[in-house]
Amino acid sequence: MSFSLAAPFRDRLSVVHQLDPRAKLVTTLAFILTVSLIPEGVWGAFALLFLILTLLAGLARLGLTYALRRSFVALPFVLAAVALPFTVPGRIVFRLPFVGWGASEAGLVRFATILLRSWIAVQAAMLLNATTRFPDLLWAMHALRVPQPLVSIVAFLHRYLFLLLGEASRMLRARAARSGRLPGTPRPAVVWQGRTAGSMVGNLFLRSLERSERVYDAMLARGYDGTSRTLQWFRWRTADTLALSLVLGGLAALLMLAHLR
Amino acid sequence: MYFSPLALHIPDGFLSPWVAALGWLLAIGIVAQALKRTRRQLGERQVPMMGVLAAFIFAAQAINFPVAAGTSWHLMGGALAAMVMGPWAATLIMTAVIAVQGLLFQDGGLLVMGWNILNMGVLTAFGGYAVYRFLMRLAGAGRTARLAAAFAGAWVSVMVGAIATAIELAVSGTSPLALALPAMTAVHALIGIGEGLITMGAVAFLATSRPEVLQAGDAAPGRRGANAVLAGLGVALLVALFSPLASPHPDGLEFVAEQQGFLELGRAAPIGLLPDYTVPFIGDPVVTTMVAVAAGTLLVFGVALLVGRVAARRAGAGG
Repeated sequence: MSFSLAAPFRDRLSVVHQLDPRAKLVTTLAFILTVSLIPEGVWGAFALLFLILTLLAGLARLGLTYALRRSFVALPFVLAAVALPFTVPGRIVFRLPFVGWGASEAGLVRFATILLRSWIAVQAAMLLNATTRFPDLLWAMHALRVPQPLVSIVAFLHRYLFLLLGEASRMLRARAARSGRLPGTPRPAVVWQGRTAGSMVGNLFLRSLERSERVYDAMLARGYDGTSRTLQWFRWRTADTLALSLVLGGLAALLMLAHLR
Repeated sequence: MYFSPLALHIPDGFLSPWVAALGWLLAIGIVAQALKRTRRQLGERQVPMMGVLAAFIFAAQAINFPVAAGTSWHLMGGALAAMVMGPWAATLIMTAVIAVQGLLFQDGGLLVMGWNILNMGVLTAFGGYAVYRFLMRLAGAGRTARLAAAFAGAWVSVMVGAIATAIELAVSGTSPLALALPAMTAVHALIGIGEGLITMGAVAFLATSRPEVLQAGDAAPGRRGANAVLAGLGVALLVALFSPLASPHPDGLEFVAEQQGFLELGRAAPIGLLPDYTVPFIGDPVVTTMVAVAAGTLLVFGVALLVGRVAARRAGAGG
């Protein structure tokens, strides 16, 4: 059993890595928004957006296929749209053998569009994570006026996540070590197993609650007064303005062209 | 490899931009309220406590137990968080969890994160808490009543999230409601049992080892707010569902009906509280599923209430 949540950041000396995290966050969001605003079936626009991502990955010295290789995480959700070709009215392109459902052209186009949109959006978010440290991303969120308590809570989650995951994995190992079963004997009842898992969760909750008290005490000892202060980590440079306006302008032009088509 | 405990993390691209925008609008309003209320509830402890407990929920989602055929049950945690910390705090905790899952691990999209927060955070927290508290008020706060209420609350929380997700997909034209609703509710009626068992186990553990934690959860703010938030979100979903503007694509029901046997796919949903999740005499699969879900919920509710009442009477008779 492993749930290694390897940090996605890849440390490289590149132009993309050196950009201000605010610029990277805004461009990533604008990029994903553009992807979801491109009309159905404008394949050229999707190809262009994919090309931009690939070039950016190259520019960031990640290797051209960095995001492509990791981009299949959203794939299981495709099940939610898989019925579209058969439910959207339109000209029947082909029929499934045996069952005889007809797949319509309009349905296939919409299905492929949804697939492309989610696939490209996931790659954009991955590039952001590969080129930006998570604390820098949080700082950018704070700088872009996301409420400070919320940003701090997310920062604390990130700080203690790996610690608590370690505790959870030790509990799971302890359970496995005590769960020997002779071949041929029946499995324990599901309700009993659920109760055991629940006890582990309850135990982890108490440990976390106590840890949060200790953390709070330690913060008080260091002069915490209820507000979080952050340093000005990044300076906005001309390069950031340039990159931001280039990407935003390009995306806007692409959107207009795709709609005027 | 990172796993997702539930098939509810909507990725980008599956919701239309207008639906996604509406989700963000609602989520921002509710999370702002949650920030204000938990600040009042916890004071300076708000940030460290919410942050560490959000990490707890994230880690607790890794605790699983195997069921048949190589699958396993996980915890989602929204209902449990609400039972111990109150629904407003649980909303904040789940928001942080979903934000990190989406931002850092690409589990759930960024533009659609508003709905992910509403489905898996707000609705599970408030839905689960409302059912849990309502059952305890009817059956008393004895140990058995509490455990039955915890199971029912957790089961309902998963179902509410699944129904909301199905509606959002339908309004976005990604999946016809006639198909998404039966499929989502059938699968999650089963997943909800796992959620219920783990939540019940956790509450049982806390009732034995640290009952004051549960009492603090009972007294947490948000009891009155819960109904208002739930009603508001329900209205929002219904408005979205019936608004012709939000749904430029027809549901495609006529087209489906032309194609023989297609609806059987939705009807033949494998597991449910009612056979095939359809009720005879009612034709439309959406209506049928709604009726079946309502009946299933009433059943879970009734059994939990009965168990709690009987236990309370026994305790009373035993002195």
